[in-house]
Amino acid sequence: MRLHIKNARIVDPASGRDGKGDLYIADGKISQEFSKADRTIDAKGLVAAPGFIDIAARLREPGLEYKATLASEMQAAIAGGVTSLACPPDTDPPLDEPGLVDMLRRRAKALEHARVYPVGALTVKLEGTRLTEMAQLAETGCVAFSQANATLADTQVLWRALQYAATFGFPVWLRAEDTWLAKGGVAHDGEIATRLGLPGIPSFAETIALSTLLELVRATRARVHICRLSTAGAVELMRAAKREGLPVTCDVGIHHLHLCDNDLGYFDSNCRLEPPLRSQRDRDALAAGLQDGAIDCVCSDHTPVDDDGKHVPFAEAEPGATGLELLLPLTLKWGEARRLPLAKSLAKITSDAARVLGVGSGKLAVGAPGDVVLFDPAASVRISAETLKSQGKNTPFLGYELAGRVRTTIVAGNVVHEG
Amino acid sequence: MQRNPQLNDAGELQHLLSIEGLPREILTQILDTAESFAGVTEREVKKVPLLRGKSVFNLFFEPSTRTRTTFEIAAKRLSADVINLNIAVSSQTKGESLLDTVANLSAMQADIFVVRHSSSGAPFLIARHVKSHEHVINAGDGRHSHPTQGLLDLFTIRHYKKDFSGLTVAIVGDVLHSRVARSLIHGLTTLGASEVRVIGPQTLLPTGVEALGVKVFRDMREGLRDCDVVVMLRLQNERMNGALLPSAQEFNKHYGLTAEKLALARKDAIVMHPGPMNRGVEIDSSVADGPHSVILPQVTFGIAVRMAVMSIVAGN
Amino acid sequence: MTKLPDAEKLCAQLVTELKPHIGQKTAMVGLYTGGVWLAERLHKELALKTPLGLMDIAFYRDDYSARGLKHDPKRTKIPFDVNGAELLLVDDVLNSGRTVRAAMNELFDYGRPASISLVVLADRGGRQLPIAAQYCGAKVDVPGDMRLRLNREVNGKLALALEKQNAA
Repeated sequence: MRLHIKNARIVDPASGRDGKGDLYIADGKISQEFSKADRTIDAKGLVAAPGFIDIAARLREPGLEYKATLASEMQAAIAGGVTSLACPPDTDPPLDEPGLVDMLRRRAKALEHARVYPVGALTVKLEGTRLTEMAQLAETGCVAFSQANATLADTQVLWRALQYAATFGFPVWLRAEDTWLAKGGVAHDGEIATRLGLPGIPSFAETIALSTLLELVRATRARVHICRLSTAGAVELMRAAKREGLPVTCDVGIHHLHLCDNDLGYFDSNCRLEPPLRSQRDRDALAAGLQDGAIDCVCSDHTPVDDDGKHVPFAEAEPGATGLELLLPLTLKWGEARRLPLAKSLAKITSDAARVLGVGSGKLAVGAPGDVVLFDPAASVRISAETLKSQGKNTPFLGYELAGRVRTTIVAGNVVHEG
Repeated sequence: MQRNPQLNDAGELQHLLSIEGLPREILTQILDTAESFAGVTEREVKKVPLLRGKSVFNLFFEPSTRTRTTFEIAAKRLSADVINLNIAVSSQTKGESLLDTVANLSAMQADIFVVRHSSSGAPFLIARHVKSHEHVINAGDGRHSHPTQGLLDLFTIRHYKKDFSGLTVAIVGDVLHSRVARSLIHGLTTLGASEVRVIGPQTLLPTGVEALGVKVFRDMREGLRDCDVVVMLRLQNERMNGALLPSAQEFNKHYGLTAEKLALARKDAIVMHPGPMNRGVEIDSSVADGPHSVILPQVTFGIAVRMAVMSIVAGN
Repeated sequence: MTKLPDAEKLCAQLVTELKPHIGQKTAMVGLYTGGVWLAERLHKELALKTPLGLMDIAFYRDDYSARGLKHDPKRTKIPFDVNGAELLLVDDVLNSGRTVRAAMNELFDYGRPASISLVVLADRGGRQLPIAAQYCGAKVDVPGDMRLRLNREVNGKLALALEKQNAA
């Protein structure tokens, strides 16, 4: 398939390019100009950007198909312009055996949609006691190792895990949350949790755990990616760690850039997230940290939850929000609020995310994977149960109109979505 | 911010879920109406026909004989039919969801759901899903709110002190886990009490409690000085020995109400307790049974207050 | 416009009418709000020995389902034994008869009176229940969309007035 995209506004964050032009894709890769195209797409009024990279999207397979299926969530991904995604290991069973990872990759590949990069479990069953066979898991395709949201309370195991991963140079992706300080908590420990009578998780549950992790990175030199920062204090710690030259990166969930504990309103279980939505001050620090590079990239932390998991009292609700289809609109919203050029905003879900994930996509240079998304930055999408392709309809943004509508998604030169 | 889910389009009380966010006029309306019902409860025939033919479902997902009984009496005195469901031991163990339980009862023609649940916010969830003619009354949810208890506390204070302006009220003990404290604090600040104090060790005071409009005291003697009203909170057994408190004895020594400490408050101070009391822990018997105690009148007033709440919401 | 009778004159007339019927067991109950004003006057002029009863029928109304509870119900106070009493039930204006029905129900929750007589200042007709006043100041014709009510002025004088029926 030889594809010619004409009249587009081409935005390539990796090179800083932003201007009118044509784009060519041949043999699944970005190509030099050619004359005979199998298909020409007129992208007048649309932005052509590298396909988006979401470094945390739960597909719920294997084991949790009643919440969502690989088929439904891969549809959601391409509808949202996401052409590569990393899926955390918290499936049922967790991704702790090569066989499971292999099956997932094969099933994902058969759908011919987005590229799926499994993140393997760091410990067996995510129980935080025994290390998984990381080297074997890496051979089957795991790009990193993680505990997802499962705790790893035993710092000795954590130390050993980092040492072992460092031996092979495997990246380790971890949340920073002190198990004991977070125990039983469901909301940010502050005025709102006090008013609502919800058990709180203090900010220092994150900064204490992060300090521990950074100290272990100093000791082991493991490559560690910190998942889902939520506090201003953690942003500061990361800024300092990078200045020091530690091999660390971090991300923020898209919801935490926009929402805070105030948005819990009258116990909106769609705002039950992990980590919890924190104060306005924290939210502002996250938004600023993503801009200045203290935070490397943003992800959807896509977590489809069925009604049974959300139509329960707040504290009993399953945490998480659906996000694949909101990644673009919410990233644009963040960039607009901070008056960033489009390329700067899109970098957080393309080139910067590619760097964290360690993949060659996320750019439009000749020879790069032919993953492209065409979107209309001005057209709005209505977020509703009917319009969402994801089986999870759980989002705090239900009913919102958000700007940024994906028109065409191309993976390896194939048009996989048109809307 | 969403519309207050307790109020209907006309701004009238459709559900009673929390005292927080209710305008002063509605609180006063409830207290005034309760005053009239207090007259009914003093008669020989303690029943009025107001809710004849209406069904009140007492949905207790957390056991509480006391609160359930007062709601039952209140509903019966309004001539409603009362159905008690102790869900803690029935459908929940069969795995039925909260909303399924409510939908089933709704199909049996309910008018009022009185809900007690161990999870903060559960009555809000139910209120969002009931039919428009059905009403939800929160009988205590987690640590969040216990509005009828708060209202009966307010009723008691108004009964003895006539007016809220100029009052200093101290709330003592386990504020962290107390829905009673949260409800009363919101009520007192809305009705214009001049000072609301909370007294307790830091382990039992929630983060940022000052934002609710209260003054924090660690030292009980200092906090009780010149108070008009002293509200003692119940300390749950399971919290007496652990990371929150070392022992009931040590708590009693520093935060238990004794006659000697009460002497620091005003001469005409009243002492309240939502019950059930732990004598010798948060309150000494000499105070609980003493001349300042209005703990038993609280229980009596509680029935009139609940009659008022049910008849107001069911009429809106 | 209908000419309304003088409430003060009707009051005096009721006192004259009632006087011969006052006995040892006579007790009086006024219905809020106008009925209480009238009852206070009659109770004083007739020099009744039993204290005056005050009643708010809010908890006995038959339109609760449609209209809800009224905003500020007063506390009913019956400071005498209803059992065996010869009751004079006093209201300002008699119309549908529903208020009187509710009042009688409430009275029976206090005991079993020997008798109940109804005293009203004005009867505007429009009865929906088999109820009649034993003592009535005057019959008044009132247009259907108007409400007849009793007012008490600052100096304590009573006066009948017409006002537009509330939309509610």
